[in-house]
Amino acid sequence: MTLRAPRLHLPVLATLAVLVVLYVAASIRFENFATLRVFMNFLGDNAFLGIVAIGMTYVIITGGIDLSVGAVIGCTTICTAVLIQGQQYHPVAAFAVVIAAGTLLGATQGWLIQRFNLQPFLVTLAGLFLCRGLGLWISSESVQAKHATFQTLEKIRIPVSDGVWLPFTEIVFITVLLVGAYVLRHTRFGRTVYAIGGDEQSAHLMGLPVARTKIGVYALSGFCASLGGVVLVMYTSAGNAINGTGLELDAIAAVVIGGTLLTGGYGSVFGTFFGLLIFAVMQSAITFEGTLSSWWAKIVTGVLLLAFILMQRMLQRSR
Amino acid sequence: MKLHPIAYPLIGLALILLFNAFFTPGFYALELRDGRLYGSLIDVLNRATPVLLLSIGMTLVIATKGVDLSVGAVMAIAGAVAALLVTDKVSFLSVSHSVLLVVLIALVVATFAGVFNGVLVGKVGIQPIVATLILMVAGRGVAQLLTGGQNVTFNNPALERLGTGSAFGLPMPFVIFIVVFVLIAVFVRKTALGLFIEATGSNAEAARLAGVASDKMKVAVYAVSGLVAGIAGVIACADIRAADANNAGLYMELDAILAVAVGGTSLSGGRFSLLGSVVGAVLMQALTTTILTRGVSPHATLVAKALIIVAVILLQSPEFRASFARRKHDPARA
Amino acid sequence: MALLEMAGVSKAFPGVLALDSVSFSVDRGEIRALMGENGAGKSTLIKVLTGVYASGSGTVLLDGVSIAPRSPAHAQELGVSTVYQEVNLVPNLSVAENVCLGYEPRTFGKINWRKVNERARRAMSRLNIDIDVTRSLTDFSTAVQQLVAIARAVDREAKVLVLDEPTSSLDKIEVERLFTLMRKLRGDGMAIVFVTHFLEQVYSVADSVTVLRNGVKVGDWAVTELPRQKLVAQMLGRDLDEVPHVDHREAIGTDVLVTVESLGRKNAMEPISFDVRRGETLGLSGLLGSGRTETMKMLSGANPADSGVISVSGIGTRGSRLRPRSPRDSIRLGIGLCPEDRKSEGVCPGLSVSENLLLVLQARRGWLRVIRKKQADKIVSEQIERLRITTPDTRRPIENLSGGNQQKVLLCRWLVAEPTLLLLDEPTRGIDVGNKLEIRKLITDLAKKGMSFVFSSAELEEVVNTCDRVVVLRDRRKVGELKGAEVTEQNVMARIAEGEA
Repeated sequence: MTLRAPRLHLPVLATLAVLVVLYVAASIRFENFATLRVFMNFLGDNAFLGIVAIGMTYVIITGGIDLSVGAVIGCTTICTAVLIQGQQYHPVAAFAVVIAAGTLLGATQGWLIQRFNLQPFLVTLAGLFLCRGLGLWISSESVQAKHATFQTLEKIRIPVSDGVWLPFTEIVFITVLLVGAYVLRHTRFGRTVYAIGGDEQSAHLMGLPVARTKIGVYALSGFCASLGGVVLVMYTSAGNAINGTGLELDAIAAVVIGGTLLTGGYGSVFGTFFGLLIFAVMQSAITFEGTLSSWWAKIVTGVLLLAFILMQRMLQRSR
Repeated sequence: MKLHPIAYPLIGLALILLFNAFFTPGFYALELRDGRLYGSLIDVLNRATPVLLLSIGMTLVIATKGVDLSVGAVMAIAGAVAALLVTDKVSFLSVSHSVLLVVLIALVVATFAGVFNGVLVGKVGIQPIVATLILMVAGRGVAQLLTGGQNVTFNNPALERLGTGSAFGLPMPFVIFIVVFVLIAVFVRKTALGLFIEATGSNAEAARLAGVASDKMKVAVYAVSGLVAGIAGVIACADIRAADANNAGLYMELDAILAVAVGGTSLSGGRFSLLGSVVGAVLMQALTTTILTRGVSPHATLVAKALIIVAVILLQSPEFRASFARRKHDPARA
Repeated sequence: MALLEMAGVSKAFPGVLALDSVSFSVDRGEIRALMGENGAGKSTLIKVLTGVYASGSGTVLLDGVSIAPRSPAHAQELGVSTVYQEVNLVPNLSVAENVCLGYEPRTFGKINWRKVNERARRAMSRLNIDIDVTRSLTDFSTAVQQLVAIARAVDREAKVLVLDEPTSSLDKIEVERLFTLMRKLRGDGMAIVFVTHFLEQVYSVADSVTVLRNGVKVGDWAVTELPRQKLVAQMLGRDLDEVPHVDHREAIGTDVLVTVESLGRKNAMEPISFDVRRGETLGLSGLLGSGRTETMKMLSGANPADSGVISVSGIGTRGSRLRPRSPRDSIRLGIGLCPEDRKSEGVCPGLSVSENLLLVLQARRGWLRVIRKKQADKIVSEQIERLRITTPDTRRPIENLSGGNQQKVLLCRWLVAEPTLLLLDEPTRGIDVGNKLEIRKLITDLAKKGMSFVFSSAELEEVVNTCDRVVVLRDRRKVGELKGAEVTEQNVMARIAEGEA
């Protein structure tokens, strides 16, 4: 650990506390909630959101924001499906093409933000329109994506316990999670991300590669979003341009609830993971309840967001 | 040569209109039926109305260096409230006999939502994107909660008139917009509020030290933004005779921001032009209509919007202009 | 040949030649002070050297090799490191990371945290600083943070170390500690460029002095051959005898306008008491960080005090005794603040000269009672004439005006609103000499007509020759009050120094 200011760990601790309370409450309320199978479902249903949220964590730690991720997912899924189904691409080739395109889009957004000092939310808003428009232009209907390779990939899974497996999509998510946490904590790139969020001007005067890192962070977010799109295609065997509508908000919420400061400088990938679990537990609980409707998830998310943002604000003031 | 800022969107609008004069037969045809005008031009105005309304509030918010992402969600809430009240689905509040009361209550709720944003930004000091994001997320949830996730349909001629009726030969929504626009423009420009808003956006701390209540200004502009979003929401639900909590106002906050930017108001705050935003909103709708009438995929408009946002913010960026000026001659200022 | 040789360095900004063919050199084992008033070109020269600005023209030789720093990173690679007044480190990371950031020891691409901490510890102990390097930078005082910045430079094996006003927010013990360190580094053969405002510091640590004035080099001296008086004269471009002398008015009435009673703010200012009389200019004097700005900000409600009250006479009995919670509270009492930082707290850059000028008056009248256009034009043109503000068109944005003219507009902003007490926090900062004198003359004239001022300036001479009484501050508390004939530079300095003892 390199950070020892306990006050700044408070958001993450609060996240964990909320997670535990939610989980325990749900487990008491519903039978079979506290099972490994249900827990694995949390991961499976949210793997693509998790991958996106990890990229978003990097962006938010630099003090930026990326609103384009949901649209990038939609565009990626439709492109992948069309490439496989219509253009007869091998899935792996299709994946490579769309991920390269997503990364390039992210890098372009980063370049515009960095080079011309534009507001991140406006540039990525343009990215949102662009991807949504392109995706719907390609096809406004859902397109099936079926290929033998998918079955091959599905066979790659890790046994966790009796009859419970970690499927390929979750392996991808966990890999991204671990690599994302490692890079952020243990590489120069990761530390520069924190430095930019702490004080961009200082980072520049200290001789850190600010421009390169900022562009890199948005490229990474584009990479994660398109990878999330690919995972979604594998999960649903279909592409649809309206996939991921509003997902940017969920990703931002997971990051913030995970204790990352929206003003930049503080946060962690594992915090985001906990934020994501809160999200997942909430959704599962609503499903279990049956009578509760999906909009409660939005309202609770909003309330949690408000609570965490107010808490961050108070911590900053007391500093 | 230096043109008045509003000249740029006007030139853009003129170009689109000129294009249609040559390439879209019947674009300028107007027809009077039952005391109401019909035609492509009227259609453009009618379709632009929700964004026109939102862009009034958004202009003021952006002038204070803020942004309001929640207007789409607030539209949905206002629509839901109006639909529930007019169908008497609210047990403790039976006001369906008076459409005026129905609309008033919906607008009060919407204004309250705006005040919530304003307090977070102006009093608590949270960044505007973040503060309004909360209501953007939760607001649609609230609207869905109110309607039970289903379209609440109604049959009330008085309320429907707000969406589908006409006055002075023009669509009723557009007439409502004109009235709201004139009221707010007079309110802002004939008093010192406009100056205070611009001073707050230009340098909030300087304005505060000069005795301007910049925190109150912020609360006020978000309240106005909520109010006009409420009006737009009521009109939208009157138009389709139903409250559609899932889709009402979806992505419309983005269109409003775009209209403001295209209209020449700087997205970094300060000087604003309400009239510019009107031209901007009409320009964007004219462009959309033109694309549609050309038979191009409607989704191309999204791509066009993306390119226009990038172009506008690049043109507003001092760094971008500097990199051009350097090529021509030394910049006038550092 | 010296280690660092800069020759014929020029740098122009639109409308200003910030550096005009300046030469500058510093050798191994030398501490060279770089001096000059605000706007002399010190920071521009530093920024050219450290790669923040690309030089317009001229050569920079390091160890006989021509270099052209393109960026701070590049300058550091070449061996030129800088420590700035506002510590340029990142607050959210640990001390160790701040020392090593960007150059962390790695094994297979992974940062080796053990080595990072070890290396930082070693760098800090080389400077005789013993702190826990794994703690967050924000846990330490500015002084320690500055030492961390120096440790970073030393760790990077800098040949030339630039210290840009490092002492302005340090107390005496911290300054002494810094000087010990500088002498040690000089002993190790480092070349040090020391930018400072404080004369005594030059004489206690520097070997040589270079003075800049208005972008031109005035000269180089060994410290021993340049007496203080002469150094000041070189910086100001005039001899001390020429400084205008002002008679301090003994006979300011006993008519107290504002009484300040134990106004204090936690962690910012110890409770302070004083009064301001009608028609008086009260000076606040003290070093940077002594509490001048804090006192004015409390009085004006900008940063509200958390203890004490102020009372204003002659505004009726109700509400004349209170603790202002916002600028509007103070303005209601007739107290206005013309802030120190013109750019971040003064001008509204996008608004016109006219709008900026009328802002306070309009805010005071409220949003409904709009100043009519005719009346506005009249007020504005009167003020422009009265203060000789140079502007082609009052409807043009204020940002197009020069600094001095902007400052005059800000002054007018308050004058037209006719406050009873105007707080002027360094109103002469960063503007040319002619404008400085004009602004001071205006203050003196208005005071004679019965208006009251609180005035502060970084230049002692201005305080002494503008004010009728002077409150001396040190370490965020009042340490003395001088009036009448007592108001001299020597006395003020003595009070500041007494406080230090």
